[in-house]
Amino acid sequence: MSNIEPNVTRETAALLNRTTLTQRLVAKLNSEEAVIGGIGFTNFDLWASGPRPQNFYMLGSMGLATSIALGVAVAQPNRKVFALDGDGSILMQLGSLGTVAATAPKNLAIVIWDNGAYHITGAQKTLTSFGTDIVAMARGAGLAQAYWAADEEHFDALVDKALTGDGPWLIAAKIDQQKPAGVTERDPVKIRTKFMNGIGVEA
Amino acid sequence: MSERSVPEGWEETVVRVLKKNDVSLVTYVPDNVLSRLIKLIEADDYFTVISPTREEEAIGIVAGAYMAGKRGIVLMQTSGFATIVNVLASLVCPYQLPVVVMVSERGTLGEFQLGQSIVCRTMRPVLQSLGMEHFAIQERNQVEFVVNGMIQQAFTTQAPATIILSPLLTKRAA
Repeated sequence: MSNIEPNVTRETAALLNRTTLTQRLVAKLNSEEAVIGGIGFTNFDLWASGPRPQNFYMLGSMGLATSIALGVAVAQPNRKVFALDGDGSILMQLGSLGTVAATAPKNLAIVIWDNGAYHITGAQKTLTSFGTDIVAMARGAGLAQAYWAADEEHFDALVDKALTGDGPWLIAAKIDQQKPAGVTERDPVKIRTKFMNGIGVEA
Repeated sequence: MSERSVPEGWEETVVRVLKKNDVSLVTYVPDNVLSRLIKLIEADDYFTVISPTREEEAIGIVAGAYMAGKRGIVLMQTSGFATIVNVLASLVCPYQLPVVVMVSERGTLGEFQLGQSIVCRTMRPVLQSLGMEHFAIQERNQVEFVVNGMIQQAFTTQAPATIILSPLLTKRAA
């Protein structure tokens, strides 16, 4: 029996918290899954969720977390790969959803934190505050397994699905505008070498 | 020996050099000058080929794949290069990622679109200001040495490289 609820919309989804959900997601990663943290508060909360050698922290290149994750997923098809990104970021690179759909990596899951705002620059509204629905766009791009998380338990269930079932997946969570729980250390080469070593590539 | 009577095109040389250097992922945004190379690569099972919507994506995919142990190259036209400055400056260069880019040069030596010639003039200043290794191949007999050398230098020095295909190579009658 599937616990996936396809009829949750952005409107009916509960308002969740990015720090909490990031911790819940990371707590489920027991098989050295790779995680690509998108720019800004997304990767601050990934950093704050605790050190993992399989985490990559993107410090610029806004919008490209999904593309980087796709590259990792294609290169290591036996490792599960998560891209974490915000609504403002993925709105900059919507084509990447179609690229993921066309490439169809079974081991890739995209998680979008949607607070309807460019929070880090002063909470200016993004398009999702005006009705743009990222899950609907993902489905339109060809990602059939794209879902809103109804609440925390449903988010957990969707992550479990992504960990055990064939992807690609997109999980979107409507989140509040709380600050992240930490700030990422900004040393790009250190981030890269730790990540590469963490996923079995000598750097 | 009869199959050797037809000289190898520059595209075949590129394919051979990519394989020799274990470059097995190709991401591209299409371009007419690159179309024969793309056709050869897509017909060859050795290569994983991804054609994303934007050049930035193409760079991001190759960057991710490199970190995960698979070498790649990105193919694009000059106008596409103008769209990747931010990803080069904020991802490729600071993280020291050996992303190899092959750009077919449009906008010079017979261009008919003013916009193409203007955008073309932005490429070398950008490469220079980012401190990125680059070389424009003009002669057929340079292809093997330059492509091989640029790829090897990128991976041994942990730095990106841009191989420019001049119209002198791709458009001039043999």
